[in-house]
Amino acid sequence: IKLFLSKEAVLSTHLYEYPALMLSLLHSFDEVYYGQFVSLYMKRVFFIDESGPPLGHMILALGGYLGDFDGNFVWNRIGAEYTSNVPVWTLRLIPALCGSLCVPLGYLLVVELGYSHFTALGASLLLLMENSLIVQSRFMLLDSVLIFFLLLAVVSYLRFHKHLCCFSSLWKWLWLFLSGTSCAFAVGVKYMGLFTYLLLLGLAAVHTWHVIGDKTLCNVMLVQVVVRFLVLVVMPALLYLGFFYVHLILLYRSGPHDQMMSSAFQASLEGGLSRITQGQPLEVAFGSQVTLRSASSKPLPCWLHSHKANYPIRYENGRGSSHQQQVTCYPFKDVNNWWIIKDPSRQSLVVSSPPRPVRHGDIIQLLHGMTSRFLNTHDVAAPMSPHSQEVTGYIDFNVSMPAQNLWRVDITNRESDRDVWKTILSEVQLIHVNTSAVLKLSGASLPDWGFRQLEVVGDKIYKGYQQSGVWNVEEHRYGKSHEQKERELELKSPTHDDISRNLTFMAKFIELQWKMLTVRNEESEHKYSSLPLEWITMDTNIAYWLHPSNNAQIHLIGNSVTWTLANLALFIYVLLFLTYLLRRRRKIEDIPEACWEQLVLAGVVCSGGWVVNYLPFFLMEKTLFLYHYLPALTFQILQIPVVVEHLYTHVLRSPSQHKAFGGVILAALCSVYFCYRIFSPLTYGQPELTSEELAALRWRDSWDILFRKR
Amino acid sequence: MEGRCGEGSHTQSPSCAAVRSRKPCMDTGKHREKASSKKTEPRRATRPSSSDTRGLNGTSTEKRLRYSDCDYTPLCPLLSVAALSLCTRFYRITEPPHVCWDETHFGKMGSYYINRTFFFDVHPPLGKMLIGLAGYLTGYDGTFPFIKPGDKYEHHNYWGMRGFCAVLGSCLPPFAFLVVLELSHSTPAALITASLLIFDTGYITLSQYILLDPILMFFIMGAVLSMVKFNHQRLRPFSWSWWLWLLLTGVNLSGSLGVKFVGLFNILLVGINTAWDLWRLLGDLHLSLVDFMKHLIARMFGLIMLPLFLYTTIFAVHFVILNRSGPGDGFFSSAFQSRLIGNNLHNATMPEYLAYGSIITLKNLRIAGGYLHSHWHLYPEGVGAHQQQVTAYLHKDYNNLWLVKRPNSDDFTWNPELIRHGDIIRLEHKETTRNLHSHLHEAPLTKKHLQVTGYGINGTGDPNDLWQVEVCGGKKGDPVKVLRSKVRLLHRSTGCVLYSSGKTLPKWGWEQVEVTCSPYLKETPNSQWNIEDHVNPKLPNISLHVLKPSFLEILLESHIVMIRGNSGLKPKDNEINSKPWHWPINYQGLRFSGVNETEYRVYLLGNPVIWWLNLFSLGLFVVMVSLCCVALQRGAKLGGTKKGKQVLMEGGGLLFLGWLLHYLPFYTMGRILYYHHYFPAMLFSSMLTGITTLDLVGMLSTKLGSFFYLFHPLSYGMNGPLAHDPTSSMAGLRWLDSWEF
Repeated sequence: IKLFLSKEAVLSTHLYEYPALMLSLLHSFDEVYYGQFVSLYMKRVFFIDESGPPLGHMILALGGYLGDFDGNFVWNRIGAEYTSNVPVWTLRLIPALCGSLCVPLGYLLVVELGYSHFTALGASLLLLMENSLIVQSRFMLLDSVLIFFLLLAVVSYLRFHKHLCCFSSLWKWLWLFLSGTSCAFAVGVKYMGLFTYLLLLGLAAVHTWHVIGDKTLCNVMLVQVVVRFLVLVVMPALLYLGFFYVHLILLYRSGPHDQMMSSAFQASLEGGLSRITQGQPLEVAFGSQVTLRSASSKPLPCWLHSHKANYPIRYENGRGSSHQQQVTCYPFKDVNNWWIIKDPSRQSLVVSSPPRPVRHGDIIQLLHGMTSRFLNTHDVAAPMSPHSQEVTGYIDFNVSMPAQNLWRVDITNRESDRDVWKTILSEVQLIHVNTSAVLKLSGASLPDWGFRQLEVVGDKIYKGYQQSGVWNVEEHRYGKSHEQKERELELKSPTHDDISRNLTFMAKFIELQWKMLTVRNEESEHKYSSLPLEWITMDTNIAYWLHPSNNAQIHLIGNSVTWTLANLALFIYVLLFLTYLLRRRRKIEDIPEACWEQLVLAGVVCSGGWVVNYLPFFLMEKTLFLYHYLPALTFQILQIPVVVEHLYTHVLRSPSQHKAFGGVILAALCSVYFCYRIFSPLTYGQPELTSEELAALRWRDSWDILFRKR
Repeated sequence: MEGRCGEGSHTQSPSCAAVRSRKPCMDTGKHREKASSKKTEPRRATRPSSSDTRGLNGTSTEKRLRYSDCDYTPLCPLLSVAALSLCTRFYRITEPPHVCWDETHFGKMGSYYINRTFFFDVHPPLGKMLIGLAGYLTGYDGTFPFIKPGDKYEHHNYWGMRGFCAVLGSCLPPFAFLVVLELSHSTPAALITASLLIFDTGYITLSQYILLDPILMFFIMGAVLSMVKFNHQRLRPFSWSWWLWLLLTGVNLSGSLGVKFVGLFNILLVGINTAWDLWRLLGDLHLSLVDFMKHLIARMFGLIMLPLFLYTTIFAVHFVILNRSGPGDGFFSSAFQSRLIGNNLHNATMPEYLAYGSIITLKNLRIAGGYLHSHWHLYPEGVGAHQQQVTAYLHKDYNNLWLVKRPNSDDFTWNPELIRHGDIIRLEHKETTRNLHSHLHEAPLTKKHLQVTGYGINGTGDPNDLWQVEVCGGKKGDPVKVLRSKVRLLHRSTGCVLYSSGKTLPKWGWEQVEVTCSPYLKETPNSQWNIEDHVNPKLPNISLHVLKPSFLEILLESHIVMIRGNSGLKPKDNEINSKPWHWPINYQGLRFSGVNETEYRVYLLGNPVIWWLNLFSLGLFVVMVSLCCVALQRGAKLGGTKKGKQVLMEGGGLLFLGWLLHYLPFYTMGRILYYHHYFPAMLFSSMLTGITTLDLVGMLSTKLGSFFYLFHPLSYGMNGPLAHDPTSSMAGLRWLDSWEF
């Protein structure tokens, strides 16, 4: 009970530290990034964020919801003052709560690993006085939430594992259930959670393997294995789907990221494309007026386009062109994106009644609505991609270059060979009849004479399925006007009529998840980005905030003493582990079997947690920051007390050694505390320091501490 | 044979029974008998004492007998495998008589060795050296330029190089045969494996041209074979054959690493195997620690020291052979270049000390650092100030020349004044007459640093063009020595130091290397420069001795250059590139030669039946092993199949690990990947198939031959209409739309 009390005290001191800056009406660094998504949640506007699954954003948005945030704030400048409608306190509440709960969870984790309460108290003290964890949890950021779920998952799994003896205990399965849930939550907050989840799965797999080997169990064994599988694998997967389900339910309005999604997806959002496409005819017919969107959204979504400008007679490199009208792909909605589908055997440009739908395999001509040129390709090298054919709007210059404007419609996602070409839903390849070239986006953009629009070519050596060669009809209406003038007016007017279409949740989920994983922003180095190698020694920091008028500032800087101790502990652990391992192999038992198993389990959780959360960053190519190291650091810090207790009980034997070691521990704790005190001005942003004091705090040359010039 | 079984142990051991029961599928009883009776006699005599101590208990005697009994090589199948693979690899080897695909690189590099001109390549030199040697021995004179694929060889002797690759390539099936035989003790399994490799069109295509892959795979297979043989010797430690296979493993490892860095995966495989072996030995309490240390040291010598020594020897030979200046000079430091005959630094004569009015080039001291460079192109909008780009460039070029000027005036007095430590200078770019300039804008890639630009017209600029010269380790008043001094350039107004970050600029910067001004003044080679070329007509030229770099420095430098080069091979934006998941399913091949129907075409594509069979057997293996493991864990008795299980778990496990190690790392690679990268992994997969699908023997060997006949034109070349044309003779064989023959 005494220990529990001290734990509570630990918790409350940690919380107590928060309100100090909570009232400060400024925001910092990545809050700008997450803040915009919170605003979008409040406004129910759809967005896509490739940095992580939606649960993290939803948790932050929950804070906004609790504080009645209306989402009206422009998150564009670091250091801008919050207006009165932003509930800063509630927005920062959840990360802060999670951050402070990490401290008791660290305590519980060490206890569950089988170590004493004193050791556990040491662990929670170290976590408590870790400046970087404090800074990270005091803002509207996700790392503390992630660490919370990671620790919770591990603690509850260890609880479950300890209950191994009694099979029917409900509590035991509740712990397992909690573990599975928090795994899902951790992965849902950031993809990074996946690493710890995999570690936990590995641990569970080894334990399950022992269960399988337990020959006293028969049918129970199978049940055990199946339940573990369901709770640790299937349930997290379902929960992960659930997060996306809630995400898509919440965000039903169209917004700034619409264009990254397919037409069908956009049409399912309220406003935006669905307002335009609502009521379009479904089946494309001869005489239809359409806009053709390229399925490839790299680098930008775009529509097949032509305009009253010809290819230059000679390019800069001396090659010649046909000097016919340019055909390009244009990333904006424009009246020049409209094309009319014409039956080559008839003159009519309107839809007959009843409409004659275009089917897979039909031959069509495409007439540009505003300039009345036919889409044409021929054996002339394209301007930017000379191995492909030039695509033009055909102009007859009377130079024995006949029109080659017949195209065959090839529906790639057809169900039968007589499928009708459907608006939005059908993905179509246009294959040139004379040369069997495929109309496709080359990916290059034209120089100034082509107004920097994207190049469209006919590819003769097209193979397989490429997104760049697939088009779909986005806007569509049945043409009614016979005269060119009327038709131009018609093209400029919005479309009407009525049909509705819905995507299933799974289709939406798969599309959204795929986009999130594949869309990469052009990421370059940031002023505060760093390399994984710099993290171990904390050679880098991040400035989060600087007071607009004085030297008060907040930095992500860890407690140097703790970081050093953690590295040391890891090193000693590896050394101990290897020594014991080799000696055990020679059947020399220095420590009892139970103690060895305890040491191994602690190593798997702490060192393993550090390894899986740290090493993968060496393989990543995205921009990395110091805060990516925090989950690994948390596990590494938990290693310190584990190693200390082991040294105390098993390695040091005489009482004098014990006393001396106790002194060392006390000294280490004191220096941790002093380091924490010294850096707390940079952690809490107050009190303001003078330039000299700041310079004294710059323990490493590579730290960027800001000095305001007076 | 049977007599020996009786001799060794009076009770019939199960292995003897197994050997006998297998007899019907053998056709070489006689050879077997001869071989075994010859081999086993001396071995028994030289049996080492350490195994004698354990030989006392019955089981171990039995085990040894079993091993020695099975230690034969069915010569006839082996010879026929070798003959068949030679035939398939050499058939129409001189066709097509023009340069195919990467022959343009490796053939060219072979010629460089013959001509002894220095070049730079991302792969270690052994493969190209062997190609060059083969060409040299067969009378190729190194004069063919190998400019682009499709160039006709005409009178040049190219068949020697191709033949050499084909010989190494045709070693693969016999090697695989021996490996599987060793692991499974079953000739049918070994025959399946060998036939998979013999009749695979992909291997044939890859072995017929001047490429590194047959050489690489030869060494990989050699290492695996010697490793497996070595494992087999574990009951006779420190015997001569034990040492032979250990050393051979080491030699092959250094060979595979010396051809391509992919050899590292192979080293990993051998490493894991050795670690496992040592772990087993450590747990054997009969073995004293001294004996264990002997084992450890022997392995360290054979598998670490020896390969390392051979690997460095390869490089030593490489540097000794290539002693003339060539296209690869600029990648290396000034000191390195001075070794090369024909380079302007070889026995260079130039003014010794830097003076005002000199025209110089500045080379960054970072390993494989470039020359300070500028050109008539501006930084694009949004990247710092819209001024002229300054970069680091690895090739020698007129745009690398800079003029050293006084801070304020342009006049050069007749007596040129030397520049000393602490002096302030301006650097004017010779071609564009802009000054080296820096200011408070962030650099294009390294955002913590400041941007460096070319600024001003005709040498007139502003105070931001002033740089302070510092000689590293020098004091005020020291003159700046050309080539030898390490110089730092400190920006006068911001206090930052000229720095080359080593990051490649995007397309707008012509993929040259970024140059910045770093506010961190820590001494690194990135911020140090040396003066390489130095022209000053008013100063006397003096013959200069550059400190010759030691061999180890050259070795390190060339490795860093290679690694940089490798990671620099990024896929271009609009190119369709091959993904690792394409490979095992044989999704898309690789054009070796020719595109349209008038040309002679060769297409690298695996025999689809073999590849899909391999894929299937990989799955089968995983299922079988996991079932087996669960059954064992539950304590089920697997009775008579114990031996089969051991073969499956140990032999199969080793091969499966090999497949994983040669395949999975490609998923993490950022560089551009090709279909042919899968072939080493495929070797392991084929051997695994041999082990897992023993039962399907009869059916397969007939089927494979027939499909080989159908698909053989892919590798031997074909004419006439393309396969998507229904009239083509290959029309029926285009099983996937993405195959483009």
